[in-house]
Amino acid sequence: MTAPNGSAAGASAITVRGLTMAYGDFVLQRDLDFTIDTGDIFVIMGGSGCGKSTLLCHMIGLNEPAKGEILYGEESFTRAAPGRRMEMLRRIGVLYQSGALWSSMTLAENVALPLGEFTDLSPGEVREVARLKLALVGLAGFEDYYPSDISGGMRKRAGLARAMALDPDILFFDEPGAGLDPISSRLLDDLIVELRDSLGATIVVVTHELASIFAIATNSVFLDAESRTMIATGVPTELRDRSTDQRVRRFLRRGEA
Amino acid sequence: MSIAASPTTELTVQRDPAGTLVVRLAGPWRLQSGLPPLAEVARELAGPLPPTITFDTRDLTFWDSSVLAFLAGTSRLARERGVEVDRSGLPEGLRRLLALAEAVPEKADARAAEVDDLFVERLGERVIEAQRLFERELEFVGQLVLSFGRALRGRARFRASDLALLIQQSGFDALPIVTLVTFLLGLILAFVGAIQLQTFGATIYVADLVGVAMVRDMGALITGIIMAGRSGAAFAAQLGSMKVTQEIDALETMAISSLDFLVLPRVIALVLMMPLLTLYGDAMGILGGGFVGVTMLGLSPTEYLLQTVDAVNTTHVVGGVVKGTVYGALIAVAGCLRGVQSGRSSSAVGDAATSAVVTSIVAIIFACGVFAFVFYALGI
Repeated sequence: MTAPNGSAAGASAITVRGLTMAYGDFVLQRDLDFTIDTGDIFVIMGGSGCGKSTLLCHMIGLNEPAKGEILYGEESFTRAAPGRRMEMLRRIGVLYQSGALWSSMTLAENVALPLGEFTDLSPGEVREVARLKLALVGLAGFEDYYPSDISGGMRKRAGLARAMALDPDILFFDEPGAGLDPISSRLLDDLIVELRDSLGATIVVVTHELASIFAIATNSVFLDAESRTMIATGVPTELRDRSTDQRVRRFLRRGEA
Repeated sequence: MSIAASPTTELTVQRDPAGTLVVRLAGPWRLQSGLPPLAEVARELAGPLPPTITFDTRDLTFWDSSVLAFLAGTSRLARERGVEVDRSGLPEGLRRLLALAEAVPEKADARAAEVDDLFVERLGERVIEAQRLFERELEFVGQLVLSFGRALRGRARFRASDLALLIQQSGFDALPIVTLVTFLLGLILAFVGAIQLQTFGATIYVADLVGVAMVRDMGALITGIIMAGRSGAAFAAQLGSMKVTQEIDALETMAISSLDFLVLPRVIALVLMMPLLTLYGDAMGILGGGFVGVTMLGLSPTEYLLQTVDAVNTTHVVGGVVKGTVYGALIAVAGCLRGVQSGRSSSAVGDAATSAVVTSIVAIIFACGVFAFVFYALGI
């Protein structure tokens, strides 16, 4: 969080430097260079199969770069020792595409697990904080439900409660609107903006939903599947109106150049 | 010439006086009754090439994908031979669908290329792949040992309730099947022995045979194979589907080791339960042998029991339990390894479960052989 940590808004939260992503010999994206500022809602966009989600996986350490590196603040995440990496990971939260709640645990236990692992709270306090986090995403009263008992939208919100459990500095969202009806999707967008404003967190969102992009993004990067690199970066509404690149304009105007 | 595919459908391919190839389709063409034969067009195009192909569909009463596929094929043949196709004779819907199918040109490298590799090349790739897999397996076992070290120092993080549930699932819940199989095994051993021993009038030694065989080897082996099919497959399937749903990713990005949290409790549960299940299986096998002895061979229960106690010594029991424990560790490690290695699709989870059972059974039989050799060398 910005306020408690005292990190100034405008400082870089994440820097991606010369990143090349590849599966074996197959290069997915190359030469990615961009900076995400603290307090931004940063959107990673592009057509299907361009490597948006893979870029997210690189940023949270699930995939290793073929070349280049990722920095959190001034510190390299890619080159950090495993132990230090674990510490850095505790500053982030991730909402996976389908929620990825641990299916053998109740919602409260899902949220409580990181709290129990990384804080000195007593079991009673952990339970209290878990209840609060679930209430923040509108799931008060659902503490003892299992992930299989609730709807897809609720699973996503519960996943968000778990991602926020440790008050992370940076929250990652993988396709937050996928599989949600328009209203739930809109509510989730509102929640994302609210979290940024109230917690001061930096938010990174992978999505291709235009409504959502224009509503929340303060900065973005556009990945292109054909040329296999980033072809634009900036505020999405400005890119839509002023970009000189046909591909970017077409994407942001639903196919109309 | 004319072809009648069913009583009412008709395909005619013929040349008009100007040399144009006229393809006439008539009747109701339905996918269920087959496609208009493209070979007719191909045969005509094999001869002198016509300048254009036209279509006559005035008597076409019904069409679906069958006609569309035929027309797409005709267009392709014509394109290959440089013959023009005049589509004006086609119904509006067919023309639009054809245009749609041709809107995006075929991606040249999208079809999987059938590469005819050299045998040596394929062999080399297989060997490199096998070596890479083996390294990953060694790494997994090494990581597991480290994780076990953390557990001993009380720093591994898994939930006691998870361990308790796993102990129940892989221990207590397995009792019925272990009872059934080991009891029957004891029965079978007794029958096999009885037939041989009866010829010497030494049926009492059936007790020795069943007792020693069960306690030394068969109890642990059969229980191990049951557990490979039960728990080994279950572990692989559980961890594999957790990979599909990204639950393992969620653990890793939360800085919680999936090895500590998921694999370790499974290994501990099975290593704790296998010795107990082995002892239980031994007892059930002896009971099965006794059942045959008492009901078919005319031995008294006391007699059979005393003979068994006489034949079986502590070394046999301890040896069997040690084997069972090792089998338990092998099953759990193989099951979890295959689960963690699983791909991210439902068919990959099935493959992981299959592979877990195969790996565990091979490992158990291999270990059984090693034990036989070592015990023989030690004179046990």
